[in-house]
Amino acid sequence: MLRFVVSRAAMVIPTFLGVTFLSFFLIRLVPGDPIEVRVGERGIAPERLALLRHEMGLDQPLWHQFYAYIVQILHGNLGLSIVTQTPVLHEFATLFPATLELSVCAILIAIVLGLPAGVIAAVRRGSLFDHSVMGVSLAGYSMPIFWWALLLILLFSVNLGWTPVSGRIDAIYDVDPVTGLMLIDSLWSDDPGAFRSAVRHLILPALVLGTIPLAVIARMTRSAMLEVLGEDYIRTARAKGLSSFRVVGLHALRNALIPVVTVIGLQVGTLLGGAILTETIFSWPGIGKWLIESINRRDYPVLQGGVLLVATLVMLVNLAVDLLYGALNPRIRHGR
Amino acid sequence: MMIGLRGAALGVAIATLCAAPAIAKTLVYCSEGSPENFGPQVNTTGTSFDASMPIYSRLVEFVRGKTETTPGLAESWTVSDDGLIYTFKLRHGVKWQTTAAFKPTRDFNADDVIFTFERQWKSDNPFHNISGAAYDYFNDMGMPTLLKSIDKVDDYTVKVVLTRPESPFIADLAMPFGSILSAEYAAQLLKAGAADRIDQDPVGTGPFQLVKYEKDAIVRYKTFADYYGGKQTIDGLVFVITPDASVRYAKLKAGECQVMPYPNPADLAAMKQDAAIDLPHQEGLNIGYLSMNVTKKPFDDKRVRQAINYAIDRKTIVDAVFQGSGTVAKNPIPPIMWSYNNQVTDYPYDPAKAKELLAAAGYPNGFETDLWAMPVQRPYNPNARRMAEMMQADLAKVGITAKIVSYEWGEYRKRMQAGEHQMALFGWTGDNGDPDNFLHVLLGCDAARVGGNNVSKWCDKAFDDLVVKAEQISDQAERAKLYEQAQVIFKEEAPWVTIAHSIVYEPIRKEVTNYKIIPLGLHIFEGVGLK
Repeated sequence: MLRFVVSRAAMVIPTFLGVTFLSFFLIRLVPGDPIEVRVGERGIAPERLALLRHEMGLDQPLWHQFYAYIVQILHGNLGLSIVTQTPVLHEFATLFPATLELSVCAILIAIVLGLPAGVIAAVRRGSLFDHSVMGVSLAGYSMPIFWWALLLILLFSVNLGWTPVSGRIDAIYDVDPVTGLMLIDSLWSDDPGAFRSAVRHLILPALVLGTIPLAVIARMTRSAMLEVLGEDYIRTARAKGLSSFRVVGLHALRNALIPVVTVIGLQVGTLLGGAILTETIFSWPGIGKWLIESINRRDYPVLQGGVLLVATLVMLVNLAVDLLYGALNPRIRHGR
Repeated sequence: MMIGLRGAALGVAIATLCAAPAIAKTLVYCSEGSPENFGPQVNTTGTSFDASMPIYSRLVEFVRGKTETTPGLAESWTVSDDGLIYTFKLRHGVKWQTTAAFKPTRDFNADDVIFTFERQWKSDNPFHNISGAAYDYFNDMGMPTLLKSIDKVDDYTVKVVLTRPESPFIADLAMPFGSILSAEYAAQLLKAGAADRIDQDPVGTGPFQLVKYEKDAIVRYKTFADYYGGKQTIDGLVFVITPDASVRYAKLKAGECQVMPYPNPADLAAMKQDAAIDLPHQEGLNIGYLSMNVTKKPFDDKRVRQAINYAIDRKTIVDAVFQGSGTVAKNPIPPIMWSYNNQVTDYPYDPAKAKELLAAAGYPNGFETDLWAMPVQRPYNPNARRMAEMMQADLAKVGITAKIVSYEWGEYRKRMQAGEHQMALFGWTGDNGDPDNFLHVLLGCDAARVGGNNVSKWCDKAFDDLVVKAEQISDQAERAKLYEQAQVIFKEEAPWVTIAHSIVYEPIRKEVTNYKIIPLGLHIFEGVGLK
């Protein structure tokens, strides 16, 4: 087991280096630097431009800047945002709970709805329900997130008035960010209305962000279940006279879950990617919106640090999934 | 008895639940982004200025909704005959805001004014390098070379000596970088080793004070009861950060906010129909134009430049490109600016006249030229590529073959300012509401140098004499006359085709009272009420 963990963990290192390298050089390939971006029509005197570039170290050769950046990371320092002059790690820590809350709720929605839908579709293969689940999940998978989000806002927030349009809580509630997770913070606050408001604000964005994972999980569960349901041991179980619920719920689902768990793990990357759009539309103050802004403003430290932290998270989750997969399926653990 | 007690308790509980709390009047503004910080001197974006302006006051203020100035923290000022010495008399009894980090022990005085400008000006000021500040606006308005000295005469008198006469100096002071900081607070922060908090935990003398800021989520203010201009009618002001324009509109419709900036042009028609929403609008403080480089043939000939003016159907272009959020420009300054000359006669769309002028200039069969189109969307030109294509078609009708060229935005500006183009689309958004900021900065001879903002490289002595003279006198009526004459010369000499001023729309809910669109593009809530 230890060898398995070490070999999986060792694969994180080259990925980590690759991400650092790419995020550093790719943003520098985009024309314009942080100073030119904010100059506007009036232009800037060449000597002043040179002075500001010098102060930011942008006049150094690229390899030199990269070397300095690597040394800085190895000291655990991701630098200061050029725009706000706040440490990148601090900004990430402030904004990440919002993304975490949204992503966890999104994946929960996806699992709670997707798993049973997939199971039932497989059990009732060829039924109207099966075709509906497959059709709806294909539509969900193919839909552009921003369009889907605006559609839901128009229906539920503007026309029906059931949910708020955007944000994490009504402006009348002033909840102090203790954990940064609004559901928990609002629950701790004295006002019961705050928690209700936080829940109502979370529904639409979580649903939008959970749509693609939901579709993937439903389809994956269905196909894994179909495969398992054709196995001999299922026929044996049925022949033994076990109830249909026990056959499907215990014997089939447990075995079908292995590929589904992997897919759920892989959805973490999709979630963080989708969060960028979802957060922008729902004015959700998380890291997705923060990263987009850093590209527009050419805030190099934020972009590099942010991408690195997000990549690290995705890698850790994937590592955890690998380990979990190994635990679920001993054949993988022993490399067979 | 038990039942009686329980009943009473239940009654109290129900009464408590049903009693509506005294709801404070809070104005919610759906802002478009997060501020960089709350330091108006170090900010570089309109979004950040919107967030920091409510907290502070300036020596001079713009009349809300206009480009004229009015006394602020300076009650009055005098200017020496040579235009070099400004003596400001400061207002007495102006209180500083009390925050968790700072309890003021004195009122606003001259020390605060000196500190505010020295922070931006003197590199040895301990706050000069805080917040990675580049003081872009202080530098862009030429302050480092304009200021000779700023001295405290007494606690309520400040003397500013300039190196050259420059009457827009007063308008400059009303810009966000002129927001006055507390010297006492700065000294306290320095002592505590927390100088970098000055732009994060702001203390000002303005109508609102900061309560809380959560990045990308919310900025919360309460009204400052001791504001020298009088307490506001609303109790609180909240900026709910909402980057997507469609979502801002949905929130406005749902009553989740009462004011929103920057609507989608596509939503304007629906907004006009909405009974709950008012849609105030006015021309923006900007100009989109087609620059003709007079140092390159054939644009050195005035007749050719005039011919281009006749050849382009600006009305059709502005209607197509702006979709109702732009108006055809006649002068290089927008109509909301004082000294705008409405008597100037514009060039009508007249291809026949254009051909006639081209023939007279020796180009009966037209000529070939480049036509640069900006790669980005700007307030004064939402789609330069489309505009260039429409111009290309108009020019083809009079025999001119225009080749559309574009570069990356930074490169585009640099090459234009170096004068590499023949014809190019460009524009300007005003900084301080002063006509000098357009007429002199964009069309004066000193800006016609390589790298200067006069991208047509047009230097007309008669025009230049007028704008330079207007810069040096302080009487506004007199200045306005000179600028009016300058606009006539500009039109006749035609270094540009003036294309459009954007129309700024700011949807508000009907319950909002006394809201005004600010020409400088800011969003200011002093004096705004709720029904």
